[in-house]
Amino acid sequence: MKARITITLKPGVLDPQGKAIEGALHALGFGGVEGVRQGKFIEVEVAESDPARAREEVERMCKQLLANTIIENYAYELDAA
Amino acid sequence: MKASVIVFPGSNCDRDAAVALQQAMGSAPKMVWHGDSELPQSDLILLPGGFSYGDYLRSGAMAAHSPIMREVVRRAEAGTPVLGICNGFQVLTEAGLLPGILMRNATLRFICKDVLLRVERDDTAFAGHYKKDDVVRIPIAHKDGCYFADPSTLYLLENEGRIAFRYCEEDGAITEAANPNGSTGNIAGIYNDKGNVLGMMPHPERLIDPVQSGTDGAKMFSSLVEALH
Repeated sequence: MKARITITLKPGVLDPQGKAIEGALHALGFGGVEGVRQGKFIEVEVAESDPARAREEVERMCKQLLANTIIENYAYELDAA
Repeated sequence: MKASVIVFPGSNCDRDAAVALQQAMGSAPKMVWHGDSELPQSDLILLPGGFSYGDYLRSGAMAAHSPIMREVVRRAEAGTPVLGICNGFQVLTEAGLLPGILMRNATLRFICKDVLLRVERDDTAFAGHYKKDDVVRIPIAHKDGCYFADPSTLYLLENEGRIAFRYCEEDGAITEAANPNGSTGNIAGIYNDKGNVLGMMPHPERLIDPVQSGTDGAKMFSSLVEALH
């Protein structure tokens, strides 16, 4: 199965990179742009074909390594590969 | 006294740390590769600075799960002193030996310069040769040194006296101007609850010899030798 994992900063966590991107968008002439936050996208293929077990595995990957839950949230979608 | 310096792929301050330890101990520490599962008997374990795993994913995140870290965590929990410098501090937070996280510097820049630190504790194996409220000069070199922890963790750190060093002015004042990276409370280093684990962003091993234009870092290593020999 294929997991598509999105890792984002929790609301309120300082995101200077997002701010820098926002500034660059403004400089390019995109007015009315605000609240730019940058995250990560990770794809993982797992051999497990049972959706519940695959979900549980991806959950553990996110908690143990892929996201630092002090400042990051994670979300994922699981499909047949 | 026996010391081990853990070397991860991408560590680059391991040899400077070994020189600092050798100078203080009079004998060489063991360099221990991250892939080893065996860690020699050590009175001190040092996690050095650098860019372990290229800082991929998050600084220190993958190094924290290296084979050797299982044993480092076990020893730390049993009371062995552990010093994490810069990337080593990041590894310690990712491994759960210290609370909080080191984030991208608020300025987004890699900052490489001497900073002034106020010594918050002098009653530990690491800081015994400093005096509380001393202002010392130690270099930093990092892009991800902004210390962050949630309010309840910060409350604990402050009230249990677990802040080790703070970025400060020449007179010891804690100000925003003296804070190079946006760290909460100007925190440059912290102890764990038992006081045997210290993580700090500045590099004491880079200021141990007069030829480096300062020796404020040497006191950390001489403190450790006196406490642990």
